[in-house]
Amino acid sequence: MGVAKYIKNEKDAVEEVIYQSGIKVKPSYGPEDLDKAGFSYEKDLGDPGEYPFTRSLHPKGYRSRAWTTRQYTGFGTPQETNERFKLMIANGQNGLNVAFDLPTQMGYDSDDPMSFGEVGRVGMAIDSLRDFEIAFKDIPLDRIGSGLTINAVATIMMAMYQAVAEKFGYKKTQISTTPQNDILKEMIGRGAWIFPVEHGVRLVGDSIEYAVKELPRSNPVSLCGYHLRESGATPAQEIAFAFEIAKAYIDNVVARGMKPEEFVGRFSFNFNVYGNLWEQIAKFRAARKLWAKMLKEEYGVTDKKKLFLRGLFGGGGSGLTKEQPENNIMRGAFYALGAALSGAQTTALCSFDEAFTIPTPRSALLSLRTLEIIMDEVGLRDTVDPLAGSYFIETLTLEMEEKIQTEMRRVQEMGGMVKAVSTGFIQREVSRQAYEFEKGLQSKEYIKVGQNKHASETDEDQKDVELHGYNEEWAKKQVASLKKLRRERNDKDVSATLKALEKAATEGDNVMPHLVKCCHAYATVGEMASVFREAFGEWKEPELF
Amino acid sequence: MEHSNRIRVLIAKPGLDGHDKGAKIVALALRDAGMEVIYTGLHQTLPQIIKAASQEAVDVIGLSIMSGAHLPISQKLLGMMKEEGLSETLLTVGGVIPHQDIPKLKDMGVSAVFPGGTSFEDIVNGMNGIIQNR
Repeated sequence: MGVAKYIKNEKDAVEEVIYQSGIKVKPSYGPEDLDKAGFSYEKDLGDPGEYPFTRSLHPKGYRSRAWTTRQYTGFGTPQETNERFKLMIANGQNGLNVAFDLPTQMGYDSDDPMSFGEVGRVGMAIDSLRDFEIAFKDIPLDRIGSGLTINAVATIMMAMYQAVAEKFGYKKTQISTTPQNDILKEMIGRGAWIFPVEHGVRLVGDSIEYAVKELPRSNPVSLCGYHLRESGATPAQEIAFAFEIAKAYIDNVVARGMKPEEFVGRFSFNFNVYGNLWEQIAKFRAARKLWAKMLKEEYGVTDKKKLFLRGLFGGGGSGLTKEQPENNIMRGAFYALGAALSGAQTTALCSFDEAFTIPTPRSALLSLRTLEIIMDEVGLRDTVDPLAGSYFIETLTLEMEEKIQTEMRRVQEMGGMVKAVSTGFIQREVSRQAYEFEKGLQSKEYIKVGQNKHASETDEDQKDVELHGYNEEWAKKQVASLKKLRRERNDKDVSATLKALEKAATEGDNVMPHLVKCCHAYATVGEMASVFREAFGEWKEPELF
Repeated sequence: MEHSNRIRVLIAKPGLDGHDKGAKIVALALRDAGMEVIYTGLHQTLPQIIKAASQEAVDVIGLSIMSGAHLPISQKLLGMMKEEGLSETLLTVGGVIPHQDIPKLKDMGVSAVFPGGTSFEDIVNGMNGIIQNR
């Protein structure tokens, strides 16, 4: 197995099993383990749908509703992406998860010199509302919710989503969007940050405040332990750091005079399913419980539904290998099983060709079908939290809870997450874990089949994979359409709305209503982000080594 | 060179891509092997990389590139290194590099190429080797 240490004796029998979060697993478990841990059904589990929600958020789990599937989708121009959205929806997908290219994520227009070579490459290029009008054409925005994988400029995309919905005739109260909007995790891993920490967090706060007041069906922030895990964090750190990041955002909004009760129900999470199966299941069960307990005990939240840890559990990119790529299809199926056994509300899988590049329609549909097979054929809808009461799983869940709390305390001792990111403490810790894991792979302490065990002699097997190709024409088309937009739009409206945005940005007013107006005036993403760059400056990473 | 005999390496991340796990863990591996490592951080322009290399008087610039743009970026950086008088400084490239591009990079003057999956041991030996042959 690839993500736990298996210490073997000379006869190749496993003597010790150590999970990445640091938990040693015994060869067998019994009632005495639960006694020793002081396990109590009422306190530690509760019935499904009851506090502390270890078992499930809903009493009947997937019987009442199967999970929402949201494959990460977007490439080229808005036209290509719109076609792929429709293909996925026609095939049963019931939510969108939008991928933007790097220039869009970094707040540059497609014709900016900084964007050269990257337009439409790893996601779709978006310059203005005109592009959203194409991307979301014929998508029923009142029925299909959209996750937007955008962070540094999440406020801009959330405003643009509202603008496009209004343009199509929907009311802002009808639409549901979940921008990722987790800037602190970008600073730890993934790297699509722009502004200094305090300004980045302020923008997150602006969007939460706005969504609570104006967008009743939208979730303004999705806390992404996912990328921390991809960057090297252990499963316990993934949860712990995401919770400490959430606390930083809560603090920002509370400082505006709002009560946690008013807004924490709008937080959602994005967690990774890559890793040892049992450790993942225990991680999610412990996380649901800890989140509910923390909100109730530390933040005085009383409404039951606002204590829910809702989110997307999926992905698993780190687990995939380029070597013997079809093996990734198997890995995906087991990740999906883990997500279902963990009670994910929403899910997505990395497709088997994503070790190379973004997926083809065929591989994206294969992922979707994998998720459907788990729900409709394998039996994961039969009964809620089927592993509850297992001596092993319950002991492990309690141990994970403890490991997560230990990691949270370390961040608190550093003075909280904003400080821990500003000083580089968290980045160093996550890099160190990534380094240790890589050393373990190279020394074969961790096994990846097909990569460091039973590896192929040549890379012939990789050559048969059909891959998504990048088309240089997309960038040319996108730049031409942007130039056309600049000629056609009303320049007076653009400069007036940008000016009002600048005033709000510098004077500390909520930027969201101004961004919506900028979007309606067809101001570009680059223009709006430039206003912020001028007002806030850019972040300088702390020294890491 | 005026400084000690430890090899000085600048690990550099050009462009918009934020995937820096590879760059960071290679930096840690080189440091554990006794080299002095400076990491530029993300989103660097080529002039910024040249400036850091010259200020820090490094022996090697190690570019980390995941985006597929390794050929034009390396070509451009090698030209700028020449213009700026960094004739003693060597360039290595790591990241998502298809095998068929390795000879092309070497022909243009890249001293060593470490595609994803290269072991730390091979990277350290490779670095030591190119310095010895400089």
